[in-house]
Amino acid sequence: MKIQIHSPSHYITDLRYPWSKHLTQWPPELFVEVARGIHRNVVRFISNKGRVYALKELMTPIARNEYNLLREMEEMGLPVVEPVGLVTNRDEGVSQARSSFSLVGDSMDMSNRALLVTHYLEGALPYRIIIQQGITMEQLGQMLDALVELLARLHLSGIYWGDCSLSNTLFRRDAGLMAAYLVDAETSEIYPTLSDGQRAYDLELAELNLAGDLMDLEAAEQLPAGSDPVELANSVVDRYNKLWRELTHDEIFEPEDQFKIEQRVRRLNDLGFDVEEMEITTVDDGQRVRMVPRVVEHWHHRRRLNSLTGLQVQENQARRLLNDLSRYKAFLAEHEGRDIPEPVAAYRWLSEVFNPSLQSISSDLKGSLDDAEVFHEILEHRWYLSQAAGRDVGQAAATEDYINTVMKRRKAGVFKAGDDPFVKTTKR
Amino acid sequence: MASIKFDNVVKSYGDVDIIKGLDLEIRDKEFMVLVGPSGCGKSTTLRMIAGLEEITDGKLYIGDRVVNNVHPKDRDVAMVFQSYALYPHMSVYENIAFGLRLRKLPKDEIDRLVSEAADTLGLTPLLDRKPKALSGGQRQRVALGRAIVRKPSVFLFDEPLSNLDAELRVHMRAEIANLQKRLAITSVYVTHDQVEAMTMGDRIAVLHDGNLRQVGTPLDLYDNPQNVFVAQFIGTPNMNILKMTVSDDGTELTHPDITYKTPEAWKAAVSERKGKMVYVGFRPEHIRGEGEHDWKNVAEIKSTAQIVETLGHEVVVHAKLANDDKTIVAKMDVHKTPKVGDDLVLYVNADKLHIFDGETTNRL
Repeated sequence: MKIQIHSPSHYITDLRYPWSKHLTQWPPELFVEVARGIHRNVVRFISNKGRVYALKELMTPIARNEYNLLREMEEMGLPVVEPVGLVTNRDEGVSQARSSFSLVGDSMDMSNRALLVTHYLEGALPYRIIIQQGITMEQLGQMLDALVELLARLHLSGIYWGDCSLSNTLFRRDAGLMAAYLVDAETSEIYPTLSDGQRAYDLELAELNLAGDLMDLEAAEQLPAGSDPVELANSVVDRYNKLWRELTHDEIFEPEDQFKIEQRVRRLNDLGFDVEEMEITTVDDGQRVRMVPRVVEHWHHRRRLNSLTGLQVQENQARRLLNDLSRYKAFLAEHEGRDIPEPVAAYRWLSEVFNPSLQSISSDLKGSLDDAEVFHEILEHRWYLSQAAGRDVGQAAATEDYINTVMKRRKAGVFKAGDDPFVKTTKR
Repeated sequence: MASIKFDNVVKSYGDVDIIKGLDLEIRDKEFMVLVGPSGCGKSTTLRMIAGLEEITDGKLYIGDRVVNNVHPKDRDVAMVFQSYALYPHMSVYENIAFGLRLRKLPKDEIDRLVSEAADTLGLTPLLDRKPKALSGGQRQRVALGRAIVRKPSVFLFDEPLSNLDAELRVHMRAEIANLQKRLAITSVYVTHDQVEAMTMGDRIAVLHDGNLRQVGTPLDLYDNPQNVFVAQFIGTPNMNILKMTVSDDGTELTHPDITYKTPEAWKAAVSERKGKMVYVGFRPEHIRGEGEHDWKNVAEIKSTAQIVETLGHEVVVHAKLANDDKTIVAKMDVHKTPKVGDDLVLYVNADKLHIFDGETTNRL
């Protein structure tokens, strides 16, 4: 048996679990009951060291594909359920005697079966539970908006979902609104960009699946009074198309109407998206201007850094820190001659680079600067020192030099926070 | 009903050609299986039919219509998933009908279509039941009902059975193949499993590296592979392939462990390659031990048994050749099972050889 674990913070390698058996053959007392949606596959939940995990029975190639996709989506900062691990080769090398749980039923052919392990998203609920608890039409609309926003985010990132539905989503309440998380990527695929046909078909599937989800709620008499499943499902197509158009359409305007650029950016920000780049070109022989926004996930870098390290920083700081983390990941990979998973690199970067740098600076020297800002300044200082030296001076030397040449002098009132005399003398 | 035609279709991502000029006709009502190893382009081909992948060059027809720029929704094709989650509070009728209700079809039209689908699938007595009151097989049929009730012109199946256990997979293969025959709807089925392809398709298209390597009936592909790739891809265990040299006078094919007299049927083609290397293929069932065959033209091979797999009705022997690192695979009489390490004298049926050009790897 082989257990791959994505995140070192999850210890699911408990060999008392009968990993080598099909989930339907595990003793029921191993499972915990949690709020859950409809699943095509066998899915069970276990509680281990205070955390709840979802286990899904799949054929190995499909499980491996979904595991890798979820990891990739997580690294892209998309709102997806956290992949924890993959259990494969379940028929090899594990004797039944090692399991302290009694087993029921006959053995099954496990030679090509895998278990995908994901972390149960705390505070997020399946649509059925939210609706059963009582929901207004407005809240139902917010839920559909959240799902549409999730689908659009995936499409912007080149991800074809292939089975968008309420059942394959979890919802979290988010400052009075809803946020949606993808929990099933079995049918998903990642492309550089999606074709219109792929988006259209994904949306068609979403509409069909939503109609089924909502009609089932109607059959169970759980839909808010006066709501029509067909109209609600149809409305998702309109909601998506409107959002997609706002996110991606190009706009042509007169040169003097430059304020329209800002207007557009604000509208996109209001929808919860960032504009990474705005492509501005002239058309009609230079008479008019065309703008095409390139939209990215809202607070993309901030969320990603937080998910990797737990650090809460501002967006630009996060971008800088993530760059340094990537650099360190590459350094580790080269130094140790193996690929270092992102979460491992993040943990080591935090404990070997970020924290040591900051711990070497006394709090009175930091003044009013927060840790992320100090680290950012050290990175800047390192870059300039390295440029001047013609080689990388390293983090420790940069930190020491920064303390002596910048922070101490700053404290003495020689210059203000944020100033670095060395930086000023070198053009970057 | 509809035929499908790829006319020199190319699909590229940037500079990389995923499909390299595909010419393929799928006949009306035919069950065509696209098979090949991972990355061969079979799923991309299917998705071009569905409209999920844009076509870089060439023309794709569904019926008489070029559909290169036709929206997926307007192609009248249905993708069939590996499985569907059935809705627990809805009856079998409602689980089959809900897509039609979404399309706002009149109630009597929905009744008629669901009734037809249920009849085809043997679900009529179960229409009022809820999913939890169904067996596993009945649930799978309800799932198929969701797909067939639309009555599309074309069904597309993208590895639909890959997540099923072996037993259910075999059952569903038969179920899908029978259903396709009853419905007589053009179907394209993608799989990487050549056994699935051989057992389901009217015809099979073998793809490799973005190229169509051969299209034909399962038996065609098995008996007359047109190149080394197809020869080795189709059939379990794989066809044995040896590099052999055509003698200077063209009358023999030689290898350190085996010499064939050039079979009559191949003489003309082989004589054009005097002194050159060719690939010679023979299937495991065309190898026997001493006294176990009544073939007229045989060639002898000396080898040593390395792996012996007893499968009940037959035994599969992996034997290392005496003067070559190559291992050949033979299906042998279960009553004369050799032991690992035994020296074997094997006989190959020379009338069942396949010979391929040493450079192009195409059949001579």
